[in-house]
Amino acid sequence: MSQYLLSTYTVEGEVPGAPASPEEMQAFMEQVMALEAEMDASGTFVFGGALHGPDAATVVRRSDDELVMTDGPFAESKEHIGGFYIINAGDLDEALAWARKAVDATNHPIEVRPFRATGRLKA
Amino acid sequence: MTRVAGGAYEATIVEQVFRDVYGQAVATLIRLFGDIALAEDAVQEAFVVASARWRTVGIPPNPAGWIVTTARNRAIDDLRRSARGREVYRQLAAVASPSPDPGDDWEEDGPVSDDQLRLIFTCCHPALRSEHQVALTLRLLGGLSVDEVARSFLVNEPAMVKRLVRAKYKIKAAKIPYRVPADADLPERLRSVLSVLYLIYNTGLDGPERTSLRSDAIRLARALVGLMPDEPEAAGLLALMLLSESRVPARIADGALVLLRDQDRTKWDRTMIDEGHAIVRACVRGNQPGPFQLQAAIQAVHCAATSFDATDWPQIVTLYDHLLSLMPTPVVALNRAIAMGETEGPGTLLAALDAIAPDLDNYHLMHAARGSALRRLGRREAAMAAYIRAADLAATETDRRFLAQQIEELSEDGALTDTGRAD
Repeated sequence: MSQYLLSTYTVEGEVPGAPASPEEMQAFMEQVMALEAEMDASGTFVFGGALHGPDAATVVRRSDDELVMTDGPFAESKEHIGGFYIINAGDLDEALAWARKAVDATNHPIEVRPFRATGRLKA
Repeated sequence: MTRVAGGAYEATIVEQVFRDVYGQAVATLIRLFGDIALAEDAVQEAFVVASARWRTVGIPPNPAGWIVTTARNRAIDDLRRSARGREVYRQLAAVASPSPDPGDDWEEDGPVSDDQLRLIFTCCHPALRSEHQVALTLRLLGGLSVDEVARSFLVNEPAMVKRLVRAKYKIKAAKIPYRVPADADLPERLRSVLSVLYLIYNTGLDGPERTSLRSDAIRLARALVGLMPDEPEAAGLLALMLLSESRVPARIADGALVLLRDQDRTKWDRTMIDEGHAIVRACVRGNQPGPFQLQAAIQAVHCAATSFDATDWPQIVTLYDHLLSLMPTPVVALNRAIAMGETEGPGTLLAALDAIAPDLDNYHLMHAARGSALRRLGRREAAMAAYIRAADLAATETDRRFLAQQIEELSEDGALTDTGRAD
């Protein structure tokens, strides 16, 4: 069994496909909950979450001999990761099938990336 | 109850009290409710109530406590009115039990000074960008209106509102803690707080519309020293600001910067110098030197000299050597070189400047110092070029005017002789 990161990106100032009315919001929530229930039932769901915007990000890096903090995201870009699932899937086709379901449920584009390694580094 | 006579006078006093207690009240409300926006709104509402009440019955003996209690009661009322608020309120019930509106003979211990200390560390957290740290500190702790903060930084009010909203969003979303940092983090975090206050002070030197920032910075530094009496760097910063401020009356003439050597020292503020000197002496006794204490000590030596020629330059160079070992920046090296030049002459100064010039090519004061050295060496053309470059880089009108004067004098010198002046 492999693990995949299914992530979605939000574009600054744009909310394509975002629910616009309370009814649409209700429908959106139901679709996502159904997707997650399906992931749970099949042992697919590992972890997931929605992230605060890039304005809430802080980057820590080494500069000369000091560790310095900077306010804001790592990359100056219009697109930022908005949320993600980590799933168990047998292979890419299986992961892509979940990605299709996620696109259907969330109406957001989904990037699928395989993990090269998971868990703790072993000596 | 103190009754101060006179409507307009009373109004000014009330404004003054608002500014003085704003930071304390907001800090305490944030502790009670865990939300900056809610705290600000509640304190604002309490000010509206106080404004009407105090102008007729006078200012209560403990205005900060009065504001805190009134703001807390308002906040609880507001929370009860919304469903989300009722949930928050239930969680807070333990800490925020309502007390009766403060009457005329009301007494309470009032805000906790630690609250302000917590808030200043939140506002100056290194995960916030510098312009956000400064804006938050002036708004939340300094009690400046959004418009006042905006004008100080030459942006319009909507832009400053946006900046503050973003900064508060980051605090809330990322959970920047509301507490005095642990001992291990304290030195770094305190440096950040001190830098923010010093930046506010220095911004206040940049133009006539910003002068009040200097008194705001001194007021906040004084409060910080009161909150952290055992931190010598906080005291050092206060002394540095006081000693710098003492010379402000002599610093500008006809809109142009006046160099230390040309300043009328009788215009210096002796009260501030005395206070600054006393703090520096206490720092020396404490023997835990740091960058702000050393910079204050350097200013103390300048302020102790009865004339420019009487300045103890070797002492200043020694202090810069120490400062450079703690803070090896090109700007400190520049200032050390300038002090050195006063005893060893313009040739030494020029050689020292040439060594650091590549790092400071965009810094107008480096070019101004080169201009001065070259002029004293009689190299008029090169001096002129250096001053012109400095004027191009200078950010403030007072600096530009000073540099324009130098360029003009050099042009006049050129008509007579090319041998330089003995200044």
